[in-house]
Amino acid sequence: MPRETISIPQKLESLSVLAPDGKLDTDLEPHIPDDDLRRLYRCMLTARRLDERCLMLQRQGRIGTFGPSKGQEATPLGVAYTLNPDDWHVPTFRETAGQLWRGWPIDTMMLFWGGHEAGNAVPGNVNDLPTAVPIASQCQYAMGISWGLKLKGNQQVCAVYCGDGGTSEGDFHEALNLAGVQNLPLIMVVQNNHWAISIPRSAQTRSQTIAQKAVAYGIDGVQVDGNDILAVIVALREAIEKARTGGGPTLIEAVTYRLSMHTTADDPKKYRTDEEVSEWEPRDPLPRFQRYLQRKKLLDEQLEQELDAEIKAELDEAVRKYEAYKFDPTDFFNHMYAELTPELREQMQELRAYLGQIQSAD
Amino acid sequence: MAQLTMVKALNLALTELMHADSRVLVLGQDVGQDEGVFRVTEGLLQTFGPDRCIDTPLAEAAIVGAGIGLSFTGYLPVCELQFDGFSFQAFHQTENHARRFRNRTRGRYTCPMVIRMPYGGGIRAIEHHSEAPEATYAHLAGLKVVIPSGPRNARALLRSAILDPDPVIFFEPKAAYRAFREEVPDEPETMPIGKGVVAREGRDVTLITYGALVRPTLEAAEELADEHEVDAEVLDMLSVSPLDGELINASVQKTGRAVVVHESPRHCGVGAEIVARIVEKSLLYLEAPVKRVTGFDTIIPYFANELTYIPSAGRVVQATLETMKF
Repeated sequence: MPRETISIPQKLESLSVLAPDGKLDTDLEPHIPDDDLRRLYRCMLTARRLDERCLMLQRQGRIGTFGPSKGQEATPLGVAYTLNPDDWHVPTFRETAGQLWRGWPIDTMMLFWGGHEAGNAVPGNVNDLPTAVPIASQCQYAMGISWGLKLKGNQQVCAVYCGDGGTSEGDFHEALNLAGVQNLPLIMVVQNNHWAISIPRSAQTRSQTIAQKAVAYGIDGVQVDGNDILAVIVALREAIEKARTGGGPTLIEAVTYRLSMHTTADDPKKYRTDEEVSEWEPRDPLPRFQRYLQRKKLLDEQLEQELDAEIKAELDEAVRKYEAYKFDPTDFFNHMYAELTPELREQMQELRAYLGQIQSAD
Repeated sequence: MAQLTMVKALNLALTELMHADSRVLVLGQDVGQDEGVFRVTEGLLQTFGPDRCIDTPLAEAAIVGAGIGLSFTGYLPVCELQFDGFSFQAFHQTENHARRFRNRTRGRYTCPMVIRMPYGGGIRAIEHHSEAPEATYAHLAGLKVVIPSGPRNARALLRSAILDPDPVIFFEPKAAYRAFREEVPDEPETMPIGKGVVAREGRDVTLITYGALVRPTLEAAEELADEHEVDAEVLDMLSVSPLDGELINASVQKTGRAVVVHESPRHCGVGAEIVARIVEKSLLYLEAPVKRVTGFDTIIPYFANELTYIPSAGRVVQATLETMKF
């Protein structure tokens, strides 16, 4: 027969557990201890308040350009919650909630947006990579990390993020391809927030879904409601279990929405309508999760007030620490190589001498 | 002692270290079954198996990116890129990540990896197989850039590069791969990265070069001695980043004259940096302007005409004589 249909033995599912209207699929509802639910909510709320605080600090000129994560807290938080501390967490730059869960101090994160390398100081007890700025290139080193984990055979996994825009980059495809070929314990989470600065998801790819790109690499793909933390946790638990037991990589498309700007350097009104944004507001992950906890009687008005006050105090303290940060202006020479080269030593001395001169002239 | 070509000497360095240190992995396209397009990885798959000598998909950025991630998990990856002309397919991984992680994370994550690639022209290959991009890489702080010139220093420097705590770009001059053999000692050797050597001592002029051009420069020095009574000192830099400025200036202060020889383009080439170092530290010792004998500021001609472009012993002799007569 000259033409035959090729059957590809891969299924593609879409998953949601807690609908925007509060409807819960109790069959799919993941078991999460009450205390964890409270801590998750507190973390999600902290991420939102941190976002708001950073926007304010940026407007006041107290930090540099800032990229808000508003509306995208559920996905990284669900991912980080599901990983073990010794698993690897490889963010791009809108995973604040996940980083907070992994133990990144708030003042450290402010240092990053404040223009200090010290903002990338990874907490000692977790295998985290810092913020990655160039689009999708982190997929490659995350793939390499998962390769190392497989070679060591220690059942750790690596989760990495990129955005819908990042799926147009070669690195995304090369990493997924190699992860498939080598059957690596890699979980690739695409935060499809529908906008790569001004370019809509529809202009990135003609594919109906991003999850289906997994099919091309012979690996599993799943689409989840990325604003539904319960769905994210379900998808991650499955992907992580599979990766730990030698089942290879998974591509997870988390469908979400960037409710705010790309960064403080752009104005979304230039490229998208207010109507579109207001369509997404009812799907905001934070109130959705809040109502879930309220229904479980894990949250009441008094507790919410206490939480608000605690988070505000935490943020105030972080801002104080961030703004008190002192640094040696010539320290940037020190981490280029394991040892300073003769040329760098000379340049550092040259700069120190100049800085000393202008200081004494003052 | 064995008489080895550079290809065999590099293979020896890899084999020795893979035996001695299970963290060392080799990855790249065709490094396994095919044993590398130049056979540098001969026998590694057979000896160490597919988990340590890994044939990857054809994706340079994935090879380098995977190397970065592997180094985070405690391995010492040696990435092979098939030709330097294709290294630009991985340039963003090298520039954006490999060279920056130590600084980015204040030393928490480093990239103790080697990116090996055949370098330079002179083997009659098609376009993209004859470039000499060392200046491009030497400009990137955080990388070390090493270019051996012969079998013995290639073997020692590759060992040093793999054991180095920082990412090393290791350029292997294609024209020197099989051109000659050298005695290579039985015991493993290392050589310090960032240090050059005096390949020939002399009093009258310093010829500064590296890579495949060390041999024609030495030939030029012999011709200068035999036919022109000029006693040239030849420096083999071995590393272009860090660059051994001390060696250069000590020699130039002795001879008072210098000629820089490299096959890559002149504009913003390593030669320009060498001349600047001489001007900064040895201006008052100079008897003549420093000359550069280099590739031209063009794309290297296709191979039928590549030898017009790559500096020859004759061009070095002529430039040196002009320097002597100044």
